[in-house]
Amino acid sequence: MEMELELAQNLRKLGFIINPIAGMGGRVGLKGTDGVLEEALRLGAQPMAPAKAARALNSLLGFREEMVLLTGAGELGERVARELGFKVQVVHETSGAVTSQADTVALAKSVVVQGSELILFAGGDGTARNLVEAGIFEAGVPVVGIPAGVKIHSPVFATHPERAGELAGSALSREGASCKWREAEVMDISEEDYRSGRVMTKLYGYLVVPSDRGRMQNKKAPSPQSEANAHREIALEMVAQMEAGTAYFVGPGTTTRAVLDVLGQPHTLLGVDVVLDGKIICQDASEKDLLAVQAKYPCRLIVTPTGGQGFLLGRGNQQLSPEVLRGVGRENLMVIAAQEKLAELKHQPLLVDTGDPEVDALLRGYVKVWTGFKTAAMVAVR
Amino acid sequence: MTLRGFKNHPYIPNSVPEVQQEMLKEIGLSSLEELHAEIPKEICLKEPMKLPPALESEYELKRHVESLLAKNKTCKNHINFLGAGCYQHYVPAICDEINSRGEFLTAYGGEPYNDHGRFQSLFEYQSLMAELLDFDIVNVPTMDGAQASSTAIRMAGRITGRREVLVPKAMDREKLKVMINYGKPALDIIEVDYCAKSGRLDLSDLKGKLSERTAAVYFENPTFYGVIEDQGQAISDLAHAAGALSVVSVDPITLGVLAPPSHYGADIICGDLQPLGIHMNYGGGQSGFMSTRDEEKFVMEFPSRLFGIAPTSEPGEYGFGDVAYDRTSFGHHREHGKEYVGTQTGLWGITAGVYLSTMGPKGMQEVGETILQKSNYAVKRLSKISKIKVNKFESAFFKEFVIDFNETGKTVAQINQALLEKGIFGGFDLSKEHPELGQSALYCVTEIHSKSELDKLAEALEEILGGAR
Amino acid sequence: MKRIDRSHKVRRFHQAKWDESIIFELSKAGERGILVPKAEKAIQEVTGSVDELVPAGMRRPSAPALPEISQPRVLRHYMRLSQQTLGADVNIEIGQGTCTVKYSPKVNEVLARMPEMTELHPLQDPSTVQGILEIMHETDLYMREISGMDRFTFQPSGGSQAIMTMAAVARAYHAANGEGDQRDEVITTIYSHPSDAAAPAVMGYKIIHIHPDEDGYPDYEAFKAAVGPRTAAFIVANPEDTGVYNSQVKAFTDLVHAHGGLCGYDQANANGLLGVTRAKEAGFDMCFFNLHKTFSTPHGCGGPAVGATGVVERLVPFLPAPLIDRKDESDGVTYFLNYDFAHPEHGIGKVRLFSGVAPVVLKAYAWMRTLGAEGLYEVAKVAVLNNNYLFQKLMALECVDAPYIPGKQRIEQVRYTIEKLTQDTGVTSGDIQRRMMDFGMHYWTSHHPYYIPEPATLEPTETPSKEDLDEYINTLKHIFDEAYTNPEIIKTAPHNSVCHQVDESDMDDPQRWAPSWRVYLRKTQ
Repeated sequence: MEMELELAQNLRKLGFIINPIAGMGGRVGLKGTDGVLEEALRLGAQPMAPAKAARALNSLLGFREEMVLLTGAGELGERVARELGFKVQVVHETSGAVTSQADTVALAKSVVVQGSELILFAGGDGTARNLVEAGIFEAGVPVVGIPAGVKIHSPVFATHPERAGELAGSALSREGASCKWREAEVMDISEEDYRSGRVMTKLYGYLVVPSDRGRMQNKKAPSPQSEANAHREIALEMVAQMEAGTAYFVGPGTTTRAVLDVLGQPHTLLGVDVVLDGKIICQDASEKDLLAVQAKYPCRLIVTPTGGQGFLLGRGNQQLSPEVLRGVGRENLMVIAAQEKLAELKHQPLLVDTGDPEVDALLRGYVKVWTGFKTAAMVAVR
Repeated sequence: MTLRGFKNHPYIPNSVPEVQQEMLKEIGLSSLEELHAEIPKEICLKEPMKLPPALESEYELKRHVESLLAKNKTCKNHINFLGAGCYQHYVPAICDEINSRGEFLTAYGGEPYNDHGRFQSLFEYQSLMAELLDFDIVNVPTMDGAQASSTAIRMAGRITGRREVLVPKAMDREKLKVMINYGKPALDIIEVDYCAKSGRLDLSDLKGKLSERTAAVYFENPTFYGVIEDQGQAISDLAHAAGALSVVSVDPITLGVLAPPSHYGADIICGDLQPLGIHMNYGGGQSGFMSTRDEEKFVMEFPSRLFGIAPTSEPGEYGFGDVAYDRTSFGHHREHGKEYVGTQTGLWGITAGVYLSTMGPKGMQEVGETILQKSNYAVKRLSKISKIKVNKFESAFFKEFVIDFNETGKTVAQINQALLEKGIFGGFDLSKEHPELGQSALYCVTEIHSKSELDKLAEALEEILGGAR
Repeated sequence: MKRIDRSHKVRRFHQAKWDESIIFELSKAGERGILVPKAEKAIQEVTGSVDELVPAGMRRPSAPALPEISQPRVLRHYMRLSQQTLGADVNIEIGQGTCTVKYSPKVNEVLARMPEMTELHPLQDPSTVQGILEIMHETDLYMREISGMDRFTFQPSGGSQAIMTMAAVARAYHAANGEGDQRDEVITTIYSHPSDAAAPAVMGYKIIHIHPDEDGYPDYEAFKAAVGPRTAAFIVANPEDTGVYNSQVKAFTDLVHAHGGLCGYDQANANGLLGVTRAKEAGFDMCFFNLHKTFSTPHGCGGPAVGATGVVERLVPFLPAPLIDRKDESDGVTYFLNYDFAHPEHGIGKVRLFSGVAPVVLKAYAWMRTLGAEGLYEVAKVAVLNNNYLFQKLMALECVDAPYIPGKQRIEQVRYTIEKLTQDTGVTSGDIQRRMMDFGMHYWTSHHPYYIPEPATLEPTETPSKEDLDEYINTLKHIFDEAYTNPEIIKTAPHNSVCHQVDESDMDDPQRWAPSWRVYLRKTQ
C-alpha cells in the first residue's frame, strides 16, 4: 500500500466513479432509479453501469502505465478498474453493501481532494447532479460522463462508452491549451415530473467537459465551430439587434451568458438578468422584478433551449412565469442556439409548457432561432 | 412519347440492357421508367431535349472539335505581346507531365491517407511559395489573382474592423470590378492617383486619403502598367501609421530578381500563379494565392484550406491535415463567416509547386534576368520609331510597358489590326478602360521572345507607322 | 499448373507507399532542374547588366531558398506523390458523395491540351479565337436547353462562386427595383450545400435555414413563416444531399414569387435529373451546374472548375460581363464578346478575370457532343438505377439505416446512418472511413453539423458497373462484420494506405501548427 502511494506521485491521476445502480430502471420499464431502487431490484433489474464503465476503460488501456485511478471501494469503481489492470488508489470506502447518492457525492469530493485532473464517471443525470453537488465545477475539475443512465438529458455525457474513454484519454494526453473545453448544463429534471409528463427546464448547475467535436475528416466545407466561438458569434448578433430603450431579459444557459460576456456585463449562472442600453439594470431578477420592468419598458426575452431535449420554456422557472411570458409574447422571443445544439434536437420542435395553456398557445408557432451572426433557422415551437 | 436512352455507351457500363434488367429486377422494378418516381409528372419533361445528336464515334468527336479549334489563331503561330494579367511564359514539360497524371487529375476530396500525395504536393506548393515570398503561410490556391485580391482586402477588413480600402487607379479595371462586386457589403473602395510622369503611386494623394477608416492600402508590384513600385516601404509605413494593413499583389515570376513584398512591410501578399508553369488556356490557367506571416490573427482569417504537416502513430512517418480548421476571427465586429470554401484551382497549385521545384533558385533568378533584359531591349529598339513614346512612364519596369501611340494619328485598334496581318498580336488596347492614356497599349515581353521576334515587331511598327525616327 | 484461386471476397489492396521525403529534403547544391533561356549576347550588350535595370532598393538580396534538384529527381518525386493519390481513374468512385466523381473521358483531355486551346491569350482579338468562342457559345445553348434558363455565363469558377454570383444577381435585381435595402434575407435548407448559406452571406445577406420535416422534405410550414417582403432569394438544392427530392418544390418557388423574391437552383445534384426535369419547370429563375461534377470534367485535386450559371431573361442584364454571343451576317457567323447587354448601373461587373476556365467548358462540350440528349438521359437513369440498387442492398444490412421517406426511391445519392453499429460496437463512421482505405476505396461522411448521426453519404454516378457496385457493398459488409468481431482493426486503420493515423492535436494550436516547411523547421528546432 505504501509503495503504491509512492508510485502514485509521478503518475497522472484520473478520478473514476461508477454509480452502480444507474440504468437499472430502464430494462424493467421504470424511468430511472431515484427513489425506486427497491422497485427496480424487485423487478429483477441488473446493474448496467459497471459493464459500460469497463467499455470506457478499454479505450484507456494504453495509458495504464502512466496513470492511477482514484476511485471508490468495490462497485464504486475499484473492482472494474482492477479487473482491467489499472493502478488503483481507493479514496472512499462505502458504509454498507448498497451504495447511495451520498456515497457518490463523498467519493467525488475525495477524488478532487486527492488531486484528480479529470473525473470519468458512469451514471445518468442524477449522478451528474451529484457531481455538481460535490462542488466539482467550483473546483475546476473537468469531467467526462459514460452514459449509463436510463435517459440522459445533460450534455455532459459522451455519445457512447468507448467515446467517453477516448475523450478522457485525449484530454489527458494534451497539454491544457490545445484541448478545448466547454461548460455543459446539468439539468434539474425531477424524474417524478418527467414520469408524469411535465416539462421542467430548471438548470441545476454546470460541469466542465472536453469539447467533443471529433476531428472532421475530409474537409470540403467548413468544420463546425467550437462551441465558444459559436456562442460568441450568436451573442454578437443579439447585441447587433438590441435597440435603445428596450429591456432585454437574458435567460439562463451558456449560450445566453455569452451575450452578457460580449457586453462586458456580469451574469447570473442559473437566473435571469435584465439589460437596458448595454448595461445590467437587474441581476438575478425575480418574477416581481421582471413584471416591474415590463411595466416601464418594451421588453424582449433572449432565451435558449437548455439540456438536450429542446425544452425552451417550462415550469421549473419561477422567474419566467406565465404572467411574464404573456407580456413577452412570441414576437419578442429572441431564441438562440448553436447549430450543433439544434442538430442534437433532430428536427424536433422546441417545447413550451408554462403551466398556463393560454400562454402556451400564445408562444406556439414558428420562431427564428439565431445560430450565428446574421444566420437563423426557422423552428417550430410547440 | 417515351424518352429514349443510349444503350451500350462506352462511358456507362450499366447501359447494357441485360444488366439493367437484372438490376431492376433485384430492386423490384421492371423498367427504367419506374425510376424517378418521386418527381411529380407535371414537372417532368415529355420530350427529349433538343440537343445535337451524339457524334457516333470517338474519332468523329475528335475530328469535330479539332476542326473547331483549328479556327483559332494561337500564340504559338503568332508573335504575342499581350499580357495584362495572363502571360506567355515557358511551361516546362515536367509541369504538363505531372498535371496530366490521372491520379492528380481525377482526385478530389479524399483523406490525408488515401490522398496523401495530394496533401503532400499542395503542402510543398505552399512551402515553395513561402520561400519565394519569404513569408510563412500560403493558402491552397483560389480561383484567380482577382479573387485573391478580393479576399485579401476582405481579410484586412475583418482584421481591422474597418471599411475603406485604398487601391491604385493604375490597376486593371476588370480586376477592380471583381473586387468591387466581392467587397460590396463590407468595403468601400477608394482609388489613389499615380504620378503621371513615373507611373508610381502618388504618395501625397495616398496621405490625403488615409484615415482611421482605412482597413488596407492595396497596391500592386509591378503595377498594371508594368512599373516597378519602389516606394513599397513608404507606402506600408503610411498604412501602418494609420492603423491599416499593407496588402500587396505581386507577380510571382518577378521574385527571383525583385525583393518580395515581405521585405517592404506587406501584411498580406496576394497574386496569380499562372506565370509559374501554367498555360494561358484563354484565361483558364489563372490561380490565386494569398500569404501572410504565421500569426494567429492572420491565419484565422483565411477562408481557404491550409495544409499542415503532422506526425502519425508510426514514428518517422509524415502525415498531413488541415490547420486551424475552425476559424472565427478574434475581435471581429461586423464580419462573420470566413467567406466560403469550395473547388478552386488545386491542380494549378500542384503545377506551380512542380515549376518552382524544377526552376530552383537559379532558374528563378535567370528567368527574371532574361525577362528584364529582353523587355528593356524591346523598349530601346522600339524607341527608335518616330511618333511613339515607348515605356511612357520612364520608370524601371518588369515585363510590361506602355506604348503611347497618340501622336501617330492611328488608333491602337487599327495598329493591332495591321500587326495581326503580319502575324503579331499587338499589346493590350488601354484606350477604352484607361481613357486618360488615350491611344496607348500595354506590351508584354517575356523570356520566350527571341531577339529576332522583337526586331520583327519593331520593323512591323515602323512599316505601319511610316518610318523610323 | 493449377488454376490460381481468385475467390477471395475482398480486395487485398495496398496503396503505393514510398516513404517519400519532403521536396526540400531532396535539395543538393549545384543541381539544376531546367536551364532557362538567356537573353542573346546582342541584347545584353544593349541593355547592360540587370543591376542597372532595377532600382537599388528593389533587388532581391539573395536568391529564394528553393530546393536545387535535377530533373529526373523532381520527376520521380512527383510521380511517387501521384501514385499515392487515389484519383477516380484508379478506384471505384462511389464514396465521395455530393461530389459526383465520374469518368472524365481521356479524349477530352487530349483535346483540351491541344495548343489551339492552351496557347490562346484571353485578350486576343475575338476574330482570332472563333473556335473557342463557338464552343463556349454552343455550350451556353445546350445548358439553356438542359435547364430551361435563357442565358449562361461560365465566369464563376466553381459551385461556391456560382452561388455567390446568383446572390450578387439577386442583389442587383432588387437594387434596380428599388428594393435593395428591404430585401436582406436569403432562405436555404440545411441539407443544401453549406455554401448555399455561406456565399450569400458574403454578399451581405442574412440567412434563414429551413429544417426538414419528419419525411425529410424542407418543412413547408416553417418555410411559409420565413418567406416575406424581406426575402431576396430562396437558394436550394433539389434533391438535397440526402438524395430526397422535394416533390413540392413548385409550391415553394411559387410562394417566393408571390412575395417578389427570386429562386436560385443549386444543381450540384443534377446528375440524376438530366433530361428528366429542369430548373424552369420547377419554377427557378437562376441555376448553376458544376461542370466538374455532372458534366464530367476532372476534379483536379480541387479545381480548376466551372460553375456554369444560367438565368431567365429578365435577370440577364445583371450577369457578369462579357457574355459570348453570336452575330449572323450575310457573309457568315461570327462570335464576339458582348459587353453591351449589361445593366449600366446594376450589372454585377465581373466575378472572375476574362471569360472563365475555357478548357473546362471545352471538355463539358465534348462530353455532351458524345452523349447527345439520349446519352444525357441515359446518364440520369443509370445514375439513379445505380444509386437505388446500392441503397436497397445497403438498407438490407441490419446496422445501416437512412432516415426519411421510408420505402421510397432516392435520386442519385443517399445519406445513411450507421448509428446502430456505433452504439453496439463503438466503431464510428469516421473509423469506417479509414478502414475503407485499406481496400482502396473512398467513403465520405457528411458536412457538419451532423444532423444525421454517424453519417455516410455515397453517390455511385453512372460510371461504376454492377460488379463495381457489388464490390463496394461487399467491402462495406466485410467491415461491418469486423466491427462486431474485430473492432480493433478498424479503430487503428488505415493499415494498407500511405500512412498511419495522423496526430492532429497540434493543428489548432498557433504555437505548434506547421502550414509550411519553414514554419515546421522553425518550430521543431
